[in-house]
Amino acid sequence: MSEYDVVVVGAGPGGSTAAKSCAEEGLNVLIVEKRQEIGAPVRCAEGVSKSELASLVEIKKRWIAAEVAGAKVYSPDNTVITLSAEQAGNEVGYILERKIFDRWLAKQAAKAGADILVKTAAIGIEKDGEALKIKLRRAGEFFDVTAKIVIGADGVESRVGKWMGIDTTLKLNEIESCVQYLMTGLDEKYDMDYCHFWLGHSRCPGGYIWLFPKGNGSANFGIGVMPSMAKETAKYYLDRFLEAEGIGMSKVVEVVAGGVPVSPMEKISTERCLLVGDAARHADPITGGGIINAMRGGKIAGKVAAEAVRKNDFSARFLSRYDKLCKEDFGKTLERNKILQKKILKMKDETLNNLAKSLEGYRMEDMSVTGIVKELIKRNPKIFWDLKSLFL
Amino acid sequence: MPDRGRIVVDRFKCAYCGACVSVCKNNANELVETFLTIDDSKCNCCMLCVKVCPMGALSVKS
Repeated sequence: MSEYDVVVVGAGPGGSTAAKSCAEEGLNVLIVEKRQEIGAPVRCAEGVSKSELASLVEIKKRWIAAEVAGAKVYSPDNTVITLSAEQAGNEVGYILERKIFDRWLAKQAAKAGADILVKTAAIGIEKDGEALKIKLRRAGEFFDVTAKIVIGADGVESRVGKWMGIDTTLKLNEIESCVQYLMTGLDEKYDMDYCHFWLGHSRCPGGYIWLFPKGNGSANFGIGVMPSMAKETAKYYLDRFLEAEGIGMSKVVEVVAGGVPVSPMEKISTERCLLVGDAARHADPITGGGIINAMRGGKIAGKVAAEAVRKNDFSARFLSRYDKLCKEDFGKTLERNKILQKKILKMKDETLNNLAKSLEGYRMEDMSVTGIVKELIKRNPKIFWDLKSLFL
Repeated sequence: MPDRGRIVVDRFKCAYCGACVSVCKNNANELVETFLTIDDSKCNCCMLCVKVCPMGALSVKS
């Protein structure tokens, strides 16, 4: 039986970054990925902030599908708010090619010293004296490895947290149900220098519709709806929207679906266990974006795991520093955006239209959620009186 | 458990995304690669997975 310091379950951006971070700290680490291919099928719109990604990894052209200069947000009555970079040519966002990006990240982890097994599912964890016994199934064969710590980076469908005593089960108002088509031939109708976001409870209840360009006229065209608010499936609303836009379904290259957790969790660590990425519900409640936070959390998880190994302390108390560090790094923003999300979900389409109109003519250069909300608060103090202290 | 029927998967519709797995308190749903299974002995037919499915691939059969 192999012995590791850390076993990471899941080889997405969070898991691979965590494993790389562990390996760089000198730990003996294994990543297990239940699929036979890392990075496919994606469950992601693939958009990231250019500056945030650059702060985490060296940018490689081969996993950038497209760059965008900004975003266009459409209110329910299609009033457009354009958010764009300060100067032309100063792109602010990347649309990744996750199939290449995820594999590259996994290879980076391997280069740093991590072992990787694909087609290998974690099927249970037992406490075995002074270690954990991680039960694995690889291509139908059962075996165990031991670890001092398990890092659960097993996504929205996470089991690791549940096995270790953290209930990660999502409620219907804590998840976005998503479907996305990779389509081609969209450049005649949409400005492909921008990401596009459509809002409105009637066309996408409790969520939004997105178009993220992927180069050469193709784009991820997707939708997220909140199941507690939607009467029909995500696919129903997306198909209805595309029909209303006059887009045929004859140029769909790929269909992907997914669930995005949009409600942060109080506790993301326990004895001998750290959760990373979607498993820790680190996706943003407003944007649904999860790649950057997964990687940031992964980096922190590796450092905390290394400290725990050095001190030989794997108690829930010691590992709770992971919760604290994540909260300081990005967790506070998640909590703040959850409050904002709840408020927006209660707004009628008419209110959203008025808010969009209040921003008309204003050139938005601050692309962040904070920037937009600050401007909205200034222009609509009565509506946002309760959020003032959170954002200004 | 009262017999409220069982959840069935339409494999032609399922896009194997795992959203249904994330809402199941009893860990009845499990996704292995592209194959979703629902363990009837764990399922109490609460319908949450039916409601979260983006593709409409799950339904109840009585």
